[in-house]
Parts: sequence; C-alpha cells; structure tokens
Amino acid sequence: MIDTIFTLGEGLLAAPWWSAIGWPVVWALIKVTLVLMLVMGAVTYTTLWERKLLAWAQIRIGPNRVGPWGLLQPIADAMKLMTKEVLRPAAAEKILFYLGPVMTVMPAMAAWAVIPFGPDIALANINAGLLFLMAITSMEVYGVIISGWSSNSKYPFLGALRASSQMVSYEIAMGFCLVVVLMVSASLNLTDIVAGQGKGYFAQIGLNFLSWNWLPLLPIFLIYFISGLAETNRLPFDVIEGESEIVAGHMVEYSGMSWAMFQMAEYANIWLVSVLTTIMFLGGWLSPIDSVLFNWIPGWIWLGLKSFCVVTMFVWVRVSFPRFRYDQIMRLGWKIFIPVTLIWLVVVGGWMQTPWNIWK
Amino acid sequence: MSTPTSSAIATANENAFSLKDFLSSFMLGELFKGLALTGKYAFRSKITLEYPEEKTPLSPRFRGLHALRRYDNGEERCIACKLCEAICPAMAITIESELRADGSRRTTRYDIDLNKCIFCGFCEESCPVDSIVETSIFEYHGESRSDLYFTKDMLLAVGDRYEPQIAAARAADAKYR
Repeated sequence: MIDTIFTLGEGLLAAPWWSAIGWPVVWALIKVTLVLMLVMGAVTYTTLWERKLLAWAQIRIGPNRVGPWGLLQPIADAMKLMTKEVLRPAAAEKILFYLGPVMTVMPAMAAWAVIPFGPDIALANINAGLLFLMAITSMEVYGVIISGWSSNSKYPFLGALRASSQMVSYEIAMGFCLVVVLMVSASLNLTDIVAGQGKGYFAQIGLNFLSWNWLPLLPIFLIYFISGLAETNRLPFDVIEGESEIVAGHMVEYSGMSWAMFQMAEYANIWLVSVLTTIMFLGGWLSPIDSVLFNWIPGWIWLGLKSFCVVTMFVWVRVSFPRFRYDQIMRLGWKIFIPVTLIWLVVVGGWMQTPWNIWK
Repeated sequence: MSTPTSSAIATANENAFSLKDFLSSFMLGELFKGLALTGKYAFRSKITLEYPEEKTPLSPRFRGLHALRRYDNGEERCIACKLCEAICPAMAITIESELRADGSRRTTRYDIDLNKCIFCGFCEESCPVDSIVETSIFEYHGESRSDLYFTKDMLLAVGDRYEPQIAAARAADAKYR
C-alpha cells in the first residue's frame, strides 16, 4: 500500500523536477511528520500514564476528572501551557534563553530518524545508525547547559553545572554498553542489530525471547538501563531538576510553551531510551515466541509494547527510589559502571574467541 | 548498583569486607526489594476519597462556620456578656449592646470577621447560654474580604437555617461534656 501511495504521488505532476527532487522531499516530510506525530502522541499520554502509575503505587487513584479515567488530562495540560505567557527574565541572555528549549527538543526528535520500527520501516536505514544516535543524544546536554546558563539565575546555573558533569559521565558508560552490543552484532546498523538477535539456539526451538541480547549481556543490559535513567535525568538521578533543592534546575525561569518543550524533550528522551533498549537488548520488533498468533502481530506493535514496558519501568523506578546524592551519582558512574562495562567488554571479547561463541 | 551497606561496614570494622554484602549490592538486591514493595502497593485498593461525591464523616465537635442560636420561643440566646469577644484570640468578634425596653441586655451588633477567625472554638466554649456555636458547615466562600465579614443578621440566619443540625450535634456531644 505504501508503494502505491508513493507511485501515486510521483505521478501527481508530470514535470521531471517533481519526480526527481520535489516528490522525494515531500515524501520524506510526510514520513517525518508521521513519526513525529507518533512520538508526540506517545509523549502526551506518557505524562498521564506516569501520573497514574505514581498514584497507584501511593494507593491513590490519580487524574480522573478530565474525561473518562482522566484521558483528556494531557490535552487539558497542553491547552493550559499553550495559553500561558512565555516570560523572559530581564537579565537573561535573550537568544540563548530561547535557544535552550529548542536545543533540548531537537536531539530528542532528531534521533528518531534512524529508529527502525520494523524490518523495513525506518526513516533512514543508515549503516552508522548507532554512531548517529550516540552523536545526537550527546547533544542533549547542550540544551540543559544553554538554558541553565542563559537564565542568568542561581538555581538554573547549579542545575546546568550538575547536568554537564552527570550527563557526560554516564555517556561514557552508555557508550561502552553500546560498544559491547555492536561487538556481538558486528554492525552499527540498527536493523542488523535487531535481526542478529533473532537467531541462535533458543530462536531455533521457538523461544525467541531467550536468544535476545538481554540474557547473555544481562549486566550490560542493566547498566544501559540505569545509565539511561541518568541520561534522561530521571529519578533517582534527577539532581539536575532536584525540585527539593534547586526547584527545577535549568527550567526555573521558563514558563508556558518554553517550559513545555523541556517536558516534551524529557518524555521523548524516555521513549527514545526505551526504544533503544528494546532494539539493543529486547529484540526490537521480533516477537517473543515463535508461534502463528505472535508472528501475525505486526513488528511495530511488538516494538511499541516492549518499549512501553521499559517506559513503565522508568516510572516504577521513579516511584520506588529516593534521589541519589550528587557524589554518589558520580561514584556510581565513574567507579562502578565504567569499570564493570570495561571488564564485561573484555569478557565478551574473550567469549567470542572461544568455541562457545553464540553470536556467529 | 549503590552500596548502602558499605558505609555501615566501614564504621563497624575498617577492614572488613563481606562478599555477601558486596554481591547483594552488586546484584541490586535491595533495589529489587524496593521495586517489589511499590509494585505490591500499586495493586492495593485505593484510599482516595473523591471529594465532591464522597465525604469523610464529621465529628459533632467539628468547628466550621459560626451561627447564633435562638430559644424555641424565637428569643435570641445571646445576652451580650462579651465573654466570647474577650476570649477570642484573633480578636475577630465585635459586640455592642443596649438595654432593651423589657429590661434585658441584648446585642445591637455582633460581628465576626471570618478573615481573622482561626476557628479555635473558644467563643463556643465560653458562651454561658450556648448562643454562639460553630456548625459543621465548611463549604462556603467569599469572593472578597467583605464577603467574609459576618454580621449579627447573617449569623442568626445561619442559626435559624441549621438549628436542627446544630441541636443534634450538641445533643450527640452532650454526654462527653
């Protein structure tokens, strides 16, 4: 069906420039819009799901006033934020102050370009997909630093200081996790990484989910998830926001939509990290068991379901643990995660040289 | 992968190293325990009270909006002794009195400024004739400060309207007084 629409659009105008440049650009924009709408929809309703889960774990009901089961709550929140005034402190650096939220949202959205939603559904199935992701997600920290610094105020500045060190530290552990994954799948292409998880002893006997990367790389899987928490500044690593210490960190001076953009970026990042965790460790779009019914369900639904479980895990962790002290975060990142990932890198490297190599 | 136990060990014995503790913290033992706890709580029946539809039971001693009461024959109870005015810690009560034609002393003015009132209930406690009382009404509002300045007429009107309720609450509490 997609091919039909593509050829239909191609024949829309008879001019040669249309089929050469015009239509491919429009087609790409259509696809980008679709993916962004999907992400934004997920982001909107993740806020509701998070509030519901937090409430349930505290034996409360959660939002239930706006619409049935509070289903219109995110819409109401969005309307409220859009109609609010965007204030700028007089002493703030004007250009950078408005650039901050944009720089936060941009990487969170741009990274979706290489995410494969199915065997052949991706905006851009590029060979250096993993590299692109690492580069783009590293830019996330600039948004926080720019907004924190340009606010010209003390709490945002503290938040920015904390952000710069924390996000850079966990980037390293996260990078090493990805190196291990790329080592066993021998590819930087995300589609190949997922496809590589669909084979092995367990996949042959039908228990696909046991042949995914999470089992043989269990410590790496956990470290990647925890680093993901730190990268997205979620509890228990949210000293950047730290509402009880520095109110909201880099977001203190923002209001209305400029503030909403930080929230959008936060939840888009949560989804991004969840989808990445799914692609790297949980078999992406592969169905967990090799049965007719499970194989019939399309891959993007499996990807969505698995990512949703990881997002739920994010909230579950948030509701369970208190915030880490700042030096504890640093110690965890530098003295535990980096050595452990390094050691595991060597262990997996050695494992791959033995006859028991399972990733051939 | 926090090691909350490591600091405890350090204070107990500087050089002690417990493999069990190390492994337990390395395998996130305590963190999974915490997750299990919140996971268990998530499925408990909820204790939320959906306020406008559901309400908590109120004690007969509940101290809400004030009211001035009357006797059954319609005579107002207040004898303008001004004990409530004297005891009011927020000085929210203003009373002026006169000698009525029948020789009894009555108030010409009995104002309670609810902006000042702290709902301590001392006025009710001090009243020798059970005239000023606090009802269990708490769902009222004023859109300006003057809306919350209650005069004698307003207080009597509250009393007239809710007398059955006020009397029932006093009766229920009487045996504990």
